[in-house]
This record gives sequence, structure tokens and C-alpha cells, in this order.
Amino acid sequence: MAIYMINRILLAIPMLLVVSFLTFILINLSPLDPAEVVLQAQGVPVITSELLAQTRQELGMDKPFLMQYVDWIIACLQFDFGHSYVTGQPVWSLLAPAFVNTLKLTVISSFVIIILSVLLGVLCALNEGKLLDQSLRGISFFLTSMPSYWLAALMVWYFSVKLDLLPTSGMGSLQHYILPVIIITVSYSGIYFRVVRSSMLNNLHQDYVLYSRACGLPERRIILHIVRNSLQVSVSVFCMAVPIILGSTVVIENVFAWPGLGSLSVRAILGRDFPIIQAYVLILAAAFVLFNALSDIINAWMNPKLRNDL
Amino acid sequence: MTSLLEVRNLKIWDSRTEKIIVPASTFQLTKGSCLAIVGESGSGKSVTCKAIMRLNNSSLQQTGEIWFKGENLNTLSEKQMRKKRGKQLCLIIQNGMSAFDPSCLIGVFAREVLTQHFDWGRKKIEEEMINAMESVLLQEPSKIMRKYPHQLSGGMLQRIMIALAIVLKPEIIIADEPTTALDVISQYEVLEQFKKLRETLGCSMIFVSHDLGVVKKIADEVLVMKDGEIVERGSTKAVFLAPKHEYTRFLVSTRLAVSEHFNHVMKGDAVLAER
Ligand SMILES: Nc1ncnc2c1ncn2[C@@H]1O[C@H](COP(=O)(O)OP(=O)(O)OP(=O)(O)O)[C@@H](O)[C@H]1O
Ligand SMILES: [Mg+2]
Repeated sequence: MAIYMINRILLAIPMLLVVSFLTFILINLSPLDPAEVVLQAQGVPVITSELLAQTRQELGMDKPFLMQYVDWIIACLQFDFGHSYVTGQPVWSLLAPAFVNTLKLTVISSFVIIILSVLLGVLCALNEGKLLDQSLRGISFFLTSMPSYWLAALMVWYFSVKLDLLPTSGMGSLQHYILPVIIITVSYSGIYFRVVRSSMLNNLHQDYVLYSRACGLPERRIILHIVRNSLQVSVSVFCMAVPIILGSTVVIENVFAWPGLGSLSVRAILGRDFPIIQAYVLILAAAFVLFNALSDIINAWMNPKLRNDL
Repeated sequence: MTSLLEVRNLKIWDSRTEKIIVPASTFQLTKGSCLAIVGESGSGKSVTCKAIMRLNNSSLQQTGEIWFKGENLNTLSEKQMRKKRGKQLCLIIQNGMSAFDPSCLIGVFAREVLTQHFDWGRKKIEEEMINAMESVLLQEPSKIMRKYPHQLSGGMLQRIMIALAIVLKPEIIIADEPTTALDVISQYEVLEQFKKLRETLGCSMIFVSHDLGVVKKIADEVLVMKDGEIVERGSTKAVFLAPKHEYTRFLVSTRLAVSEHFNHVMKGDAVLAER
């Protein structure tokens, strides 16, 4: 098991390198000349070719492409993502607080989503085909298919403007979390609750359930067995939910003016602030790779079949 | 001999499609004897077994009477039925490999079942299980109790089910093709355990099988099912010597080759036992 964990973590390193390289290429494919962007952002009136060449040299862009990548990745490893083209501040000083804010929202939302999905999934599976199951599935389908920004606007209008119960935007008190968390939960629980439900149903029809019943075990105990086995399957899906939500907060953060990664990245994209975009994409990609490894490890740890083979 | 279990006009159908799976089965299980149910795949053997335990899927409906010691099982509440399952009626299913919760230790499961039916302490349960497992020739039972199902073979798991039945001491054991999923050697071993089980517990048994060779070894009476109907019944000898229904004749002739192979594997002692 320990060997498997180390292997899995080691495997994540080349994946991270590949991902970071792809990130770097994608950003550099942009037709814009970063030097020009920097000069424009600094409000230089006349951009001469000498000025451009000089800026390029400052940015290290006269070096070969691969060298640029190596320089960049080494700097990134030291949490030095360069300086913002627009404000000149270190990217890290902008990124770190935003990342923390987004993380708070993500962790709380993921937590609510997981609890809700497990509860609803188990409830629906145990009432398969009955009214409760069908109506919950119907409602979740309806809510999941609604665009989240629209839902957000609707809820802000109702709860914040009309009833004046909750703040419309920003973050500070706990109340600020309520609407964004609800909207993220509503948009994502549908998917995860289906995963739990179908894996419950899959287990419900297994032979071991029949045999446990034949042995006279009460239904309550049997359900505990089924839930444990179903969650084993769902854990990896839940692990991947965290980076997915991390990336999807862009929309919600912009609606609620949440000072997080999402808002920062949108501003960076509009201002063509390449270092920030690059760092943002890199962080998200790294989150995917890391949570992927984490989900494999948890899976192996929870599943006795895998645990012993490794 | 009195009958321990009497099934009258058992009808089983699928409530969704209204398809009738078993139209009207009537049969008895004599106290202390073994009744074999044979028949082709899909003839309704498993559904009949599960109907006796009231364990069919909720989409399957059943009517008729199932008399067991003065009670009609078909009219009992779920709670009353649950007390009978395991303690009085024990089901042993075909596939040992999937019969146990994959993430539950064998010992933990056995303890869960046994505390349900007895007021035994942990130690007593352990002792009883180990004794029973030894009697079905499982080696190092205390080690097996600390294993997961996937670490054991199908034959071992089948024998663990038998061991659990030995501890539960039910009055009726219903074994649904307990040897079909096993290789020939384990089939022989497991079958021997079933014979022993009957001797030690003196219980009655319903034994479902495809394999007429196996049936010949263990059963006193035979039911032959085809498309949900019982087409032939009688003592094992009579059915094998002079099959009346054409379907039974077909079964007996096609299974001859298989049972000969089986005898061959069972070698000397089995051949002797037959004489
Ligand atoms: N849950 C169910 N819902 C609907 N139909 C079912 C269900 N279970 C079984 N059947 C039908 O009942 C019939 C009898 O099935 P059963 O499992 O009893 O056959 P069997 O005699 O045990 O066959 P085998 O030898 O393959 O085990 C089949 O035609 C099957 O399609
Ligand atoms: Mg069957």
C-alpha cells in the first residue's frame, strides 16, 4: 500500500510537467505579442521597435522557447509566477489571497454537495421507482439544467433585493456564503446524487444482499453494507468534484463579486495579463492532477481487494 | 413420514409485464428428506426457492399457500418472516464468490448473522463458527474468519455458507445450485459436506441442480420443472429408472455423460457407495 501511494505520487510529477508544458504552449500560441501588451498597459504613447526589443529582453523572450519554459517552471516551483503586466505587482501576491477565498467557497460547497448527494442518493435508491425517487430525480434534472448565472441572478433578486435577507455580493460574514454555496450545490448535486443512486442500485441487486437477507439480517444492517460499498465507488467521483468546482466558480464569483480566483482570472483575461492567466490555468491543472492521484489512493485504501493486491 | 413444508398452488408472476413465471406449483417436502428440483435454465427453480423464503424482487408477486409447521409463510408479516430466515429456513446460493459483502470480513459477517439469532457472546460465536468450519474441512478457520471474500476460493466460500448453516441449525436448507459454479473436485467436496450436513442436523433439504449425477447422489425425491410447471415427480430411483415425461427422458439421457464423468472423478469410494 505504501509503495502504491509513493508510486501514485511519483506518477503525478510527470503528469504535472506535461500539463504545465501544455499550459505554457497554449498561452504562447496567442497571436498577441506580450511585449506590446506590457507597453500598452503601461501607457507608453509610441511603441517603437527598439522599445519592443528591449521589453522582450526584460521578459526573457529573446531566449529559445524551451529555455523560456524551463525558466518559467523553475520560477513557478518557487511560487514566483512573475509580475502582472498591468499593475506590475508580483502575481503571487494577487493570486494567494484570491486562491484562499475561492478555496473557502469550494471546500464549503463540496462538503454540502457530498452530504446532500449521499443522503438523496441513498434515499432515492431505497425508494426506486416510487414517487419520491421520481420527483427528486425530476427536480434535480430541472435544477441542474438551469444555467447557474441565471439561477444566481434570480436568487439574488428574490432573497437579497426583494426580501432583503441576504447580501448581494462580496464576502465577509457567513451570510455571504449562503447564496453562492446554494447555487453551486444546486448546479452540481444533481450529477453526484445520480452517481450515488446508481451505485446503490447496482449494489442492491447483488447476490450478497440476497444472501444477507436469507440469513435473516434486518434491512437496516443490510443497507449499511450497501451504503459502504456504494460510497467506495463514489469516493473517486467526489474527489474529482473538488477541482471541478474550483474551476467552475468563475461564473458564480463574477455574479457575487467574490474576490477569488474566478474574478481575478476574468479580469486578467480582459486585460491580457498573461502571467496571471498562466498561473491560474496551472493551479487548476495541478488541482486536477493532485485530486486524481488522491482519489486513486483513497480508492485503493478503501477497497480491500485493491489494498491487498498492491 | 409427515411433510414439513407444503406448497399449494404457488403462483408467481411479474407484476410489471403480467408474465406468469410459475402458474401453480404444488409439492411437499417430507421431514428429514431431500427434495431435488431439476430443470433447464429459466424454468423457475430459483424463483420457486426464493418464493418459499419470500425473497423475490418486489416486482415479482406470489399467491398460494406455503405451510411450514402450521403457519402459512405467504401471510406472515415481513418481521415474522425475517425471524424464520436463517434460523429455520436457510438459503445457500449458487455463487459463493458474490454471496458475501466484498468489504466485510467473513468473521464479521458471521458474527452479525449469529448475534441476530442467538444471545451468544463474541467468544461463543467464534468457537461455534470454528467448530463448524472444521467440520466442513476448512483449514485454519480462525485465519479464514479474518479474510475478505475475494481472498478465498468459491469452494471455500460455499463451505463457509454450509458452516454457517450448521451453526444456525435450520429445519430446512434450500440450496440453489450450490455446486454449479465450482470445478469438479470442489463440487465433489462440497457435495460430501451437504450429505454430512443432512446426517448431523437431520434437517430437510431442497436441492436445486442442473446435474442429475449430483441429484442421484443426494436426493430422495425429485421434481422436474419445465417452463414453470412441474412435469414429473417421484422418488429419485423411480424417476431415473423409468422417466415418464419425455422431457425427463431427454434430461436423463443427455446428463448421462456428465454424471459418468462425475463418477469417474469421485473414484473408488463413490463407486463403492453407489453399490
Ligand atoms: N426479478 C425478476 N423479474 C422478472 N422476471 C424474472 C425475475 N427473476 C426471474 N425471472 C424470470 O423467471 C424465469 C425463471 O427464472 P429462474 O431464475 O427461476 O430460473 P432457473 O430455473 O433458476 O434457471 P437457472 O437454472 O438458470 O438458474 C425466467 O424466465 C426469468 O426471466
Ligand atoms: Mg437459478
